[in-house]
Amino acid sequence: MEPLVAVEDVHTYYGKSHILHGVSLHVDRGEVVGLLGRNGVGKSTTLKTIMGLVHPNRGKVLFAGKPITGLPAHKLARLGIGYVPEDRRIFRLLTVMENLRTGLDRHGVTEARKQELLDKAFAYFPVLAERRNQAGGTLSGGEQQMLAIARAMMLEPKIILLDEPTEGLMPRMVSQIREIIEVLHREGVAILLVEQNVPLTLEASQRVYIMEKGAMRHHCAASELKIDDAVVHQYLGV
Amino acid sequence: MTPVLAFLQAIPYDQILIQTVNGIVTGMILALIASGLTLIFGIMDVVNFAHGELFMFGAYMGVVVLAATGSFWLALLLATLIVALIGAALQITTLRPLIGRDPLTTILATFGISLVMQNYALWQFGPVARKIQEPFTGQFTLFYLEYPWYRVLIAGLSAAIIGAFWLFLKYGTYGIWIRATTQDRVMAEAMGIPVSWVYTTVFAIGAGMAAASGVLFGPLVGVNHAMGLDWVLKAFIVVVVGGMGNLGGSIAASIFISLLEAYASIWVSPAQAVIVSFVVLILTLLFRPTGLFVPTPK
Amino acid sequence: MNKRSTTIYWTGFSVILALLIVAPLVLPEFWSRFLTEILIWGLLAMSSDILIGYTGMVSFGHSAFFGLGMYGAAAALLMVKPPNLWLAIVYGLIGSAGIALFVAYFSTRLRDIYFAITTLIFSQIFYVIIFTWTDVTGGENGLTFSRPALGIPGLFSVPFSSETLHWFVLAVVTASYLILRRITQSPFGMVLQSIRENEGRTRAIGYAVERYKIVAVMLSGLFAGLAGVLYAIQNRFAAPDFVYFLVSGETVIFNVMGGIGTLVGPIVGAAFFLLLRETFSRFFTEFYLIPVGVIFIAMVIFMPQGLLGFMRRWLNQ
Repeated sequence: MEPLVAVEDVHTYYGKSHILHGVSLHVDRGEVVGLLGRNGVGKSTTLKTIMGLVHPNRGKVLFAGKPITGLPAHKLARLGIGYVPEDRRIFRLLTVMENLRTGLDRHGVTEARKQELLDKAFAYFPVLAERRNQAGGTLSGGEQQMLAIARAMMLEPKIILLDEPTEGLMPRMVSQIREIIEVLHREGVAILLVEQNVPLTLEASQRVYIMEKGAMRHHCAASELKIDDAVVHQYLGV
Repeated sequence: MTPVLAFLQAIPYDQILIQTVNGIVTGMILALIASGLTLIFGIMDVVNFAHGELFMFGAYMGVVVLAATGSFWLALLLATLIVALIGAALQITTLRPLIGRDPLTTILATFGISLVMQNYALWQFGPVARKIQEPFTGQFTLFYLEYPWYRVLIAGLSAAIIGAFWLFLKYGTYGIWIRATTQDRVMAEAMGIPVSWVYTTVFAIGAGMAAASGVLFGPLVGVNHAMGLDWVLKAFIVVVVGGMGNLGGSIAASIFISLLEAYASIWVSPAQAVIVSFVVLILTLLFRPTGLFVPTPK
Repeated sequence: MNKRSTTIYWTGFSVILALLIVAPLVLPEFWSRFLTEILIWGLLAMSSDILIGYTGMVSFGHSAFFGLGMYGAAAALLMVKPPNLWLAIVYGLIGSAGIALFVAYFSTRLRDIYFAITTLIFSQIFYVIIFTWTDVTGGENGLTFSRPALGIPGLFSVPFSSETLHWFVLAVVTASYLILRRITQSPFGMVLQSIRENEGRTRAIGYAVERYKIVAVMLSGLFAGLAGVLYAIQNRFAAPDFVYFLVSGETVIFNVMGGIGTLVGPIVGAAFFLLLRETFSRFFTEFYLIPVGVIFIAMVIFMPQGLLGFMRRWLNQ
């Protein structure tokens, strides 16, 4: 079966800067795939390209075998791609509930189903239930991260693009994120995980890609890579 | 005691009373126009120079529908809908291509649109002013004066429309979409919100509100192709004084400025009374540039 | 600019200048006056370009400068007998300079859209004052007066013919163009452009941005006022219509159509717009401004560099 998401030889520019040089990757249904690399190598840009927030100058992006290159982001969200950006970007002036509703209020979703999804979100993130009528901007960093993930889950996505979810979080929160990834994986949601936290990524993913300077340098099963591997030192070491 | 008494007797109480009510009525119409303008600016960052012409078109559509059907209410409804659609069409054809470009371009484009619309109206309807007949005449006694019911209706309806819109923004799904888009356009898009359609809808709503004001105000003045110009200027003043993008502020500012102008017109001619709004604007820009009714940013 | 393009430039300049000088001798009266008017509006547009194109400050207030220049000249021509050309110019410039000071003050305190709206309001304030202060300004009807003679008091005095008036206007506009060109290419002009690009950075480097802005506004206002004086002299009347903010809007249209930041562009834009309007008014007698407006909107969307920018790219291919 064709992969859920496939990126083929994508070149993306910001103005004149050539950010992505022929990037290719794929994520199968239900898979957790890690994307590692130092700061600034183009990991976020890759996610944005998949999400349709940035359009590649060359190359293709496919979703369930169908080309989606150049489609606007809102169509992709409805197709089933969820996006949790770096620095969360929740709607600060909307309440927690309203934030969730931006994902919930879609065509063809029954009230019952909406309630189910909400209950699920509140079950995973009880603190959101407590703060449901508070403005998003009043939440702590960790809570905002949870809201960002919950919001994406409201879309009932087939794949979630997670951009550095553990950045700036306390260890307790980090393990909470780890659990969420596990739960989503069990539910069959694919995840493309961009992270600086190498051990977490190797633990959570089935496969990993490593990027450097806008191109893929290494690709293998997560189990084949150890934290002290030469490869890891080369591309991710300080 | 006598000088004080003389002074107190000299105050034109009945005039002040009438002008207070007039000020509120005009203020509500202005608020309806300005709400659309501040909305469009707050959400889309577009300075809509053609807003006065949308007001004018609404009035003319009111004239046309009234002549065809004889019903003022039908005229109000249809004019609002027609102009909202025109607004949507304008946004799609001329403003969408300009998204992301220098804001000067939208000012120019809407200025061009205003030029085209004014001349179109002049061409189609001629330079002679038309009249919209008010839906009912009759006056009531306010203390010891006679005041037309219709004017009170205008104020009430404008308030109702603005109120309905505020509720829509706060509670409806589309209200959430609009507010989300205003805060973070990119993430709204990533959440499946069709941002360019949100923009079109907001523009259409603003246009519709302007049109409604045009029909409501029509019976008070003549409907002619140039009526939009003065209003757009006042609306801009209101939007700046009230705080750009601030709905509540522009309503407060509308009433505030209209009251001041109404009082001023007791002593000077209406043409000169407009200077009041200019003065208010200048003072606001000098001392509270973010808006008179906006809490000072700390 | 390298040697070759400088030569091309000055050749082109001389050719156009020569054509303009000869024009009133060969063109029928109507078109000759039309050309003179294009020059005057071109001067107004050029002055506006200093603010919009070079300093990056969008101003809708030029109708105030223009109008005050016009009424200033009118004042001189009506109050002092015999009507003196130079006095008219001086009075007009004083008038517009006064407004310019006022606007300049606000330019330092307001940004972008607030500045634009404020300048628009100023035009309207003056419009209202002029419109309602009937005793002094003639109100709605404006003021009419006779054209002064060209001359130096005591030496000679020659009444203007339409040819000599055209040459006088041409001389003034050309001189203004050369002066403005010199200024925009000087270090001062470079700072203005740097302000347009990035005001914060310019300030951080150490330039007193406020002072530059004030000078830019004064400069812009003076030349706009000069255009107003020329208009008054040519047409022998002053009317509040010219102070109405629509005139400012048209000025901005000339700028954009021609190409902002080029000095020459606005003149070309003025010529283009006025020609369009004239041609269309012959074909579509009633609604001729509609196609002009549509063309303008189309240019904003598809040709944001204006005619000059478009031609430049076309020539570069």
